[in-house]
Amino acid sequence: MSAKIKKFNTVWGMVVDIDKCTGCGACMVACQAENNVRITTDASNKLRTNTWMLVYQLTNGESFPHHDVAYLPRPCQHCGVPSCVSVCPAIATDKNEDGGIVSQIYPRCFGCRYCMASCPYHARYFNWYDPHWPEGMDKTLSPDVSVRPRGVVEKCSFCHHRLMEAKDRARAQGNYTPLETIHLPDGEYITACTETCPNGAITFGDLKDPEHQVYKILWGEQDAEAVSEYLDMGGDGPTAHHGEGHGPLVTRNPNAFRLLEELGTAPQVYYVSRREWVRKQGNHSAMEATQAHH
Amino acid sequence: MEERNSTQACSRDDGRPCLGAAAPFFVGFVAALVVGWWIFPKVLFTEETQPIEFSHKTHMEEAVDSCEYCHFEDTDAGLMFSGLPTTEQCVDCHMAPLGDTEAELEFVEMIEAGEEVEWLVYQRQPDNAYFSHMAHSLDNCGMCHPEFEDSPQALCNQCHPDLIEAEGSLPIEVNRLTGYTTETMKMWECEECHAYPDHVYDLNDDGHLDATDANNGCHVCHK
Repeated sequence: MSAKIKKFNTVWGMVVDIDKCTGCGACMVACQAENNVRITTDASNKLRTNTWMLVYQLTNGESFPHHDVAYLPRPCQHCGVPSCVSVCPAIATDKNEDGGIVSQIYPRCFGCRYCMASCPYHARYFNWYDPHWPEGMDKTLSPDVSVRPRGVVEKCSFCHHRLMEAKDRARAQGNYTPLETIHLPDGEYITACTETCPNGAITFGDLKDPEHQVYKILWGEQDAEAVSEYLDMGGDGPTAHHGEGHGPLVTRNPNAFRLLEELGTAPQVYYVSRREWVRKQGNHSAMEATQAHH
Repeated sequence: MEERNSTQACSRDDGRPCLGAAAPFFVGFVAALVVGWWIFPKVLFTEETQPIEFSHKTHMEEAVDSCEYCHFEDTDAGLMFSGLPTTEQCVDCHMAPLGDTEAELEFVEMIEAGEEVEWLVYQRQPDNAYFSHMAHSLDNCGMCHPEFEDSPQALCNQCHPDLIEAEGSLPIEVNRLTGYTTETMKMWECEECHAYPDHVYDLNDDGHLDATDANNGCHVCHK
């Protein structure tokens, strides 16, 4: 899997602390408003809703007094090896820009929905209807994001337009070197859900930049070059056992995990939970394999 | 055999085709060309003119020395794009009429009334395209393209029509169906630079993509 991973100088990533999430859904609302996501007329039909960011409820399945719930916000995982990109017959989606954000270009999409079938995270949504905003509400549409017509697939873009604005700000202030990657300071570019979360459960930044909070959460004080090399290889496993001759040894925060990591998709979205049952649900077979290994 | 020959409009004993039979095809072909190249574009595009006569040539020759004097980047206000100047900028010179053209007199009246001119834009881009003038400035492009150092205007003209040479305002041809103008950029025009190998691949060749931020990734230009 690691051979297929594209290397990027920056890797925009998200760390969601599940233990801080109350399931309030503010991230979902912020996402919808920020990205001109169309209004759902019948939200009871879950096959027709459109939620780039979706909060799932997890439960440990036990009865009182051991019952426990957790909430898991799920944006597009922006996989290092995105299955949606390889199946798209129209090159409407690609992962080709520094930062590793998986793009979705609506005018190019013709709605075959292969990407939706291939996405193991159900992060992609099809526009079954023409978008409609009640009169007056169309004035709330953001000019930074194009509105999607019926018949195309859409998904979370990590608020890509905010990245473009942040880069422009850096250019305007002269905080960059021409011809080199623009390394934005922590917090200069964050997604709408990150900004909105009232509990600060979502952290967003460059997974390769030691100055960024996401780096500190996942990799702590570890060497930036080692982490960079580790991410270039996909950053698989709760701890990296690439060992000698296979790359550097990097240890991820033991409470951090990625969804369905065993598939080898190498997502750029990480989750943190101090509760073992939550980590197990997010990454079941990998946890079992790890336990068997020990 | 003899019967069949007799039904043809013209026939020769040696079996060569005659030109008279092909004439309707030539007429049809020419007619199709006229319709396709001349009549259809006239129907498809409507010509609009600027609300007030404006000469880029006069302004460049007699008043200012660069495009940025009026179409500047307002970095302080956080507005990153170059745009159309408001009458506030024009008033620096046009407080009172400088010449004796009718258009200017009309314009000075508008200034006194505090009105804005509803300039038409030659190149408004589609909603799904993102463009940053800041990213395409001389600071960036000039790093590898010294030919623009002497004439920054040439950099602008890579995309914008050269209005300096034109007398007065050029008419704007708007597509009746799409609403775009003939000057609206096509994707291949952006790709002339963005799909250029040196922009797509890392100049330092360390295996990392997009060192220049000018690569051909879809999200670089689309939103």
